[in-house]
Amino acid sequence: MTVHAAAQRRGYTKRSDRLRRLAVRNGLYTLVLLLAILFTIPSYWTLVGSIKKISEILVVPPVWWPAEPQWRNYARVWELTPYGLFFTNTLTVTAASVLGQVLTASLVGYGFARFRFPGRNLLFILVLSTLMLPPELTMVPHFIIFKELGWLDTWLPLIVPNYLGGGAFFIFLFRQFFLTIPPDLDEAARLDGAGELRIFWSVISPLCLPVWAAASIISFLAHWNDFIGPLIYLNTQDKYTLSLGLAAFRTGGVGGVPMGEPRDHLLMAASVMMTLPVVLMFFAAQRYFIRGVVMSGIKG
Amino acid sequence: MASRSSTNPPAPRSQANRLEAAATADTTAAPGVLLVAPGRPWMTLRRREMLAGYVFISPWIVGYLALQLGPVLASLLLSLTAYNIVEPPQFVGTRNYVTAFTNDDLFWPSLRRSLYYVALDVPVGILLSLLLALLLNQRLRGTNLFRTLFFLPSVTPTVAAIFFWVWIMQPDWGLLNWTLSLVGVRGPAWLGSIEWAIPSLVTIDLWTAVGGTRMVIFLAGLQGIPRELYEAAAIDGAGAWRRFRHVTLPMLTPTIFFVTVLTVIFALRVFTSAYIATGGGPAYATWFYTFHLFKQAFQFFSMGYASALGWILMVVLLAFTFVQFRLQSRWVHYEGERQS
Repeated sequence: MTVHAAAQRRGYTKRSDRLRRLAVRNGLYTLVLLLAILFTIPSYWTLVGSIKKISEILVVPPVWWPAEPQWRNYARVWELTPYGLFFTNTLTVTAASVLGQVLTASLVGYGFARFRFPGRNLLFILVLSTLMLPPELTMVPHFIIFKELGWLDTWLPLIVPNYLGGGAFFIFLFRQFFLTIPPDLDEAARLDGAGELRIFWSVISPLCLPVWAAASIISFLAHWNDFIGPLIYLNTQDKYTLSLGLAAFRTGGVGGVPMGEPRDHLLMAASVMMTLPVVLMFFAAQRYFIRGVVMSGIKG
Repeated sequence: MASRSSTNPPAPRSQANRLEAAATADTTAAPGVLLVAPGRPWMTLRRREMLAGYVFISPWIVGYLALQLGPVLASLLLSLTAYNIVEPPQFVGTRNYVTAFTNDDLFWPSLRRSLYYVALDVPVGILLSLLLALLLNQRLRGTNLFRTLFFLPSVTPTVAAIFFWVWIMQPDWGLLNWTLSLVGVRGPAWLGSIEWAIPSLVTIDLWTAVGGTRMVIFLAGLQGIPRELYEAAAIDGAGAWRRFRHVTLPMLTPTIFFVTVLTVIFALRVFTSAYIATGGGPAYATWFYTFHLFKQAFQFFSMGYASALGWILMVVLLAFTFVQFRLQSRWVHYEGERQS
């Protein structure tokens, strides 16, 4: 029996029922629309501020659209700060980190999903337990290790750890995925005498593209947006990532704007430039991204 | 690959048989073979599988020993020392812990501020995420667009997102105080105000987190609730509110629980927004626990003391998680679990 039939049996006339539902729906629609506007305003405010004159920012009532869009704010950010350098630095660190994280996490996840070996379950519980470990606890020892290795003020402390398993979250994500692939496929290849790494590479990995895409995007965002890592390990300006460079631009440590002179319009342009690649990336791969989040969150 | 086709036994029954056949047939070293040992008597099939398993997870084992287990033990030892990086560590017993509890003017206030942040951020954040997920689950027109709009703040780079709000909350020309002035309210200095600084940072976090992964997880949870339950409830005459109260909410409690545990852990570690937007101020108003830890470690290079602070944080997190798991049976409903 359907809901509708039940409603009819309870004595609703079809017409009043439909009217009531319409009213509720309009109410919900208004609410969702209001929330969407509320959520968008902060981004809009910076976006539009990035093409204002500084005098149009420091003014009440607010200017919703500049009299003359100041596109040169963007050019001035590139002139006044080593923005291009920060950008390539961030891209380098991010790309190297994503590669390591996705590659090794998929190998480890495959190991946990496909092979039986003594201690497997215990080791997997250990993997999951590291999710609970606050990074603040290992922050100091990590700093000492990387100092002893002579890696301070290099990108290595930000990149290399990603090649050592890729972290519990991603291992879990990949393991869950590999558990859904029927074992007949790799058994056939094993029968043909292919080695395990070869099976992984030529039989399994072509099936992984969606989950690799999801993991890559999640990992890309995390590294692109990271602030604490660069803050701890990078000292000289020419190694800064965008997060660090932008924070320093605001406080006056970076950029040729005289101290005390308002630079909010330039900072807005810089923020937009930092956000844009991420947003584009998100739009391009939204489907994979959401699926990755759902896979990791729900099947747990 | 000598073993292809003809040498294979026809339709082997068990997996072990098949693998055995593959292993014994594979006497030549095929290109790309990882473990070229079949044929040798000690390399049985079980051993081969075991070894392959260990080889595949070896990056994690190295990482676990070098970057997790080792550092955790090291930090426990360091927490019993005075160590400033330059000179070798001096064993001081439990002095760091005693200092934290009795002789550090910032310790208890910073912990209290972090807990205050958690108390504001977690309930409101989870409620709002749930509300957004419920709205999106109504299958209104344009749901995909709305979902994207709600989600975008969570992919915005942290530093940029904090900047956005610094401008919104600017006391003199910020959009927020201008809006309040329209209804005749004189807004506070927000991030620059002792009372409002923490609620302001909570607002920033809500904006970035409410429509993010948490909402997506709730949405997936909502879509996982079987339709028959709603139909049955409707037949029994349950209205929208009662369907929500007695079907949606109970079915969603495992998701809410899972999300709450994670959100508490994240909120208790609040750091970046305070570092960038307020620098711990004004007058220590946003000097959070992890902020204190960071300052001790990387500004004053009190590595031993910072390690002790790290362990205290760990204990607080474990206590929170433990309590939540203990309270779980009171409100979390697992479908398929036997009711007693």
